[in-house]
Amino acid sequence: MVDVLTGTDTVKAGHAQMLKGGVIMDVVTAEQARIAEEAGAVAVMALERVPADIRADGGVARMTDPSIICAIMDTVSIPVMAKVRIGHFVEAQILESLGVDYIDESEVLTPADEVHHVWKHDFKVPFVCGCRDLGEALRRISEGAAMIRTKGEAGTGDVVEAVRHMRAVQDNIRKLQTMPDDELVVEARDLGVSLDLLTQTRELGRLPTVNFAAGGVATPADAALMMQLGADGVFVGSGVFKSGDPAERGYAIVQAVTHYKDPKILAEVSKGLGEAMVGISTRSLPAEQLMAPRSI
Amino acid sequence: MEVGVLALQGDFAEHIAVLKRLGVTGREIRLPEQLENINGLIIPGGESTTLSRLMSIYSMREPIEQMSRQGKAIWGTCAGMIMVAQEITEEDPVPLKLMDIGVLRNGFGRQVDSFEQDLQVIDLGPAPFHGVFIRAPVITRVGREVKVMATLPDGQPVAVRQGNLLATSFHPELTADNRLHQYFLDLIPQESSPSA
Repeated sequence: MVDVLTGTDTVKAGHAQMLKGGVIMDVVTAEQARIAEEAGAVAVMALERVPADIRADGGVARMTDPSIICAIMDTVSIPVMAKVRIGHFVEAQILESLGVDYIDESEVLTPADEVHHVWKHDFKVPFVCGCRDLGEALRRISEGAAMIRTKGEAGTGDVVEAVRHMRAVQDNIRKLQTMPDDELVVEARDLGVSLDLLTQTRELGRLPTVNFAAGGVATPADAALMMQLGADGVFVGSGVFKSGDPAERGYAIVQAVTHYKDPKILAEVSKGLGEAMVGISTRSLPAEQLMAPRSI
Repeated sequence: MEVGVLALQGDFAEHIAVLKRLGVTGREIRLPEQLENINGLIIPGGESTTLSRLMSIYSMREPIEQMSRQGKAIWGTCAGMIMVAQEITEEDPVPLKLMDIGVLRNGFGRQVDSFEQDLQVIDLGPAPFHGVFIRAPVITRVGREVKVMATLPDGQPVAVRQGNLLATSFHPELTADNRLHQYFLDLIPQESSPSA
């Protein structure tokens, strides 16, 4: 008798490894999902509204109607992800029953629990979670996240917060590398993470999971910037389907992520893409409209 | 020795890490000219639709097909296996048609069906090889020249070889077992002159 194991940490984290060097695009219809797949997306995030519209509409943002998610799953052959509210483990149970390939426990939706996140070890489906710094990333990994994304500020088309969060994670990991053991104990306490996980991160010199960038990527140059700062791949939310020519822009961003170190190719793919999403400067937003600080 | 690892998208870094454990340098390949003087190429796991588009636009298909015609060693894992196949069940993506096998993408199901299982791989000795299958492709047809190296208990082939071509449904690069990478290195022709 040969044991067959499903839903293990290895297959959850392994799936994220397969997404590396790729672009995950937000889509709200099956037709958009088809365009994203055609453009070379490695996965799509099935949503009712892209973050820019969630921001504009206000109100409570919840899990997407399962009929929209199922229509998207039926249309594309690439992995389909969907979002649940932070701490809303029943939305997660529902998405798992639909067979989605990845769940994003996301600050873009209105949190259901301001204290607890979903205990993600209980699920067969892997989770991705947002972070603004190393402590947040490692706390999510302790809860069972198989993939991390830096939060940025979704729905703005302003890359500044994505840069801030990626730099914060990388900077903190660089500090670990030279930290003596006695200080590492204190660091683990301050970050609210286990010493084992922090030691593992120090030894690896990177997060123990795949780490994508999210929240504000609107151009091929933005995507390549996040890659050069150390991202394993990028999420593009409103940046593709809020632009003038989603198919072309999506394709250009896919190429920019592959060739992120090659400015000649970046120049070529940046030509003639039409209007980027209009965007909102993050600086102009009042604190209560920021999504990134919704979980810690 | 330098081995090329196609780095358009996917888990190419994991393959390069295993090669490093075996004392071999893995060269990231994103453009056709980077294939120069390479006698072995690994096409990693990733999304085959993405790989297919990027291969086409950056003119990678012809030089890889030429490598295969010259008898150089090529190994596809998961999405890489889809790319080396002769035919796939769907119209998209477009494979390289290097190896006489048919493949069905995501043939074992979605991510919740991804699994781990020990395998017996012939030529690797009696110790089982731990197979990690992630949204893995299913081999639907095996040509006459193709040797089946491992199957699931129900007889489903999951590792195949045709001459210097190797394909696996699973991901040896996600384990600590170097044996399949060593096996692939042994397939790489040594005497090819760089100008050939």
